[in-house]
Amino acid sequence: MKFKGSILVVDDEEIVRDSLASWLQEDGYRADTAPDGPTALAKLAQQPYNILLVDLKMPGMDGLQVLAQAKNLQPDAPVIIMTAYATVDTAVQAMKQGAYDYLVKPFEPEELSLLVGKLTNAQALRRENVLLRKALKRQFDFKDMASKSSKMEAVFQLARTAAKSSSTVLILGESGTGKELLARAIHAESPRRDGPFVGVSCVALTETLLESELFGYEKGAFTGAVGGARGKFELAAGGTLFLDEIGDISPKLQLDLLRVLDAREFRRVGGSQLIKVDARIIAATNRDLKKLVESGTFREDLYYRLNVIPVTLPPLRERKEDIPLLAEHFLAQFSTEMRKPLEAVSAEGLEVLMAHDWPGNVRELRNVLERGAVLARGPIITPIELELVEPASAPSPLGAPEPADSLKDVERKHIISTLRQHNWNITRSAKALGIDRVTLYNKIKRYQIRETE
Amino acid sequence: MDAEGAIQLTWMGRGDIHPDILERVRRQVEGTFDRPTDLRVANGPPEEALDRKRGQYSSTMILRWIVTTMASGPTKVLGITDVDLFIPVLTFVFGEAQVRGAAAVVSIARLRLTYDERPASSPLVEARLLKECLHELGHTFGLVHCSDSLCLMSRSNSVLDVDQKGARFCRDCRQRLWELMDEERDES
Repeated sequence: MKFKGSILVVDDEEIVRDSLASWLQEDGYRADTAPDGPTALAKLAQQPYNILLVDLKMPGMDGLQVLAQAKNLQPDAPVIIMTAYATVDTAVQAMKQGAYDYLVKPFEPEELSLLVGKLTNAQALRRENVLLRKALKRQFDFKDMASKSSKMEAVFQLARTAAKSSSTVLILGESGTGKELLARAIHAESPRRDGPFVGVSCVALTETLLESELFGYEKGAFTGAVGGARGKFELAAGGTLFLDEIGDISPKLQLDLLRVLDAREFRRVGGSQLIKVDARIIAATNRDLKKLVESGTFREDLYYRLNVIPVTLPPLRERKEDIPLLAEHFLAQFSTEMRKPLEAVSAEGLEVLMAHDWPGNVRELRNVLERGAVLARGPIITPIELELVEPASAPSPLGAPEPADSLKDVERKHIISTLRQHNWNITRSAKALGIDRVTLYNKIKRYQIRETE
Repeated sequence: MDAEGAIQLTWMGRGDIHPDILERVRRQVEGTFDRPTDLRVANGPPEEALDRKRGQYSSTMILRWIVTTMASGPTKVLGITDVDLFIPVLTFVFGEAQVRGAAAVVSIARLRLTYDERPASSPLVEARLLKECLHELGHTFGLVHCSDSLCLMSRSNSVLDVDQKGARFCRDCRQRLWELMDEERDES
């Protein structure tokens, strides 16, 4: 027999309890009874009930007092108050206190049948809804990262295993795929989670600055070094050191880093004392390190030192099934941050998002949605607010590219144009391009773009 | 006949009912449950079950009375009465039964009326009485209300509901009834 639910009848009159319980049992409910408030509350503390039928007038604790306490113990169980003495005041009070309904005794059998049936059906639907949502939303989570794609599941699996060890992890992936987020997640899952997570972008600094940034320096090590300072390797002691854009470091730093990773010790710039490395290294790059090794720009020995556990994050275009989930995730975030009710991206909006190729990956998606969230006039974000026009139909700021232009030429020109539009402000230009600052720096360096252009 | 596993129908009316009607109900009950079924007459419903203010009899009190006064032989006793029944929170009930228990009661009072409270024809009343008797006895074997509105075990809140349902158990309830009867036999 299908279990229809359990109902608690609270009434001081034995005949009411027995007859109502019997009536409910005929309907297939498990009916339990309590002769007074304290007994009812004790039962509520012990097991869940689907519905509570509570008499208003009882000696000692009355129905409203039971209602108030029951709401603390089982907030989801609807309470139906029964009374023989109907007054508007008590009815209003009961409803205000959260009673689901108020029945004046004696009531029609049909009324009770419908009410109890409606409540249990609604509960069954809610349960079904939750189960369906769960089934639909089969997703894989790893700390702040969520995905439905099997590729990402494999990444999370590998990252979880890697987190348990202290081996060096190399995260590979295009810009905006979430390399830093994954590094932070690995740190948070690792035994070093209580230690610091120290990140350094190897591309944003010159060779000398990066060296002192990584290893620290002693007083007088160079002009301006008025006092000594600890480097990132020291600051990350007991925690994780995240070396971002590792593919962009100079040959000298590659050698220094190799030595440190080999010997697990280093000296501050200008210092003589050897300092032990007590940090787990996670390196990341959007470059093809193997190719850099082949072309001789990256040391092979360092590559193998770093490539202990390689984890590759797929670009967003290869896991487009994640777009609705990510959109929901970001909208919830913006909704809280902006204190604005944002519910969803419209069906047409999602179509546009799904059709886009996302060269800037998840970060680009986030930026587009952030813009949409700002512009949205209602809780639903429409395609217009997303302002995402497919490149093919977009009027290029440079006019139609020359047929002879290679993709790289077009990209270079587009970057220059965007930089000009934003007065060579790197942060604003990067945002407009849907890439991060570091990537833009990389591209400026790679394409040898100068402000004079 | 106080045979083991038997069913006893007890007329406990204040007025009269044609004995042929009760006999036909008895035969149908016997055939449906395949249990020896006996027919008896009591001296009206127990007076302690009467609520003078409401002018109705408490079905729950009648069930208690049946349980305390029933003979040792039959396993099920169904009281049939012509007084209007109620349980305290409801305006009326057509009947009441102990789910998987020994006692049940059915009232013909409201079955004798049409939906707009005019006297109903005798064959209609008899058909309704039979349905409600089988329904309440179904409860005593452990059946609960069925969501199939044509099944005998569907809940009836009005005579329209009683008229709408059929005089048979649906396939699921029938299957369940045999299982429950087997279980009951094993337990005894």
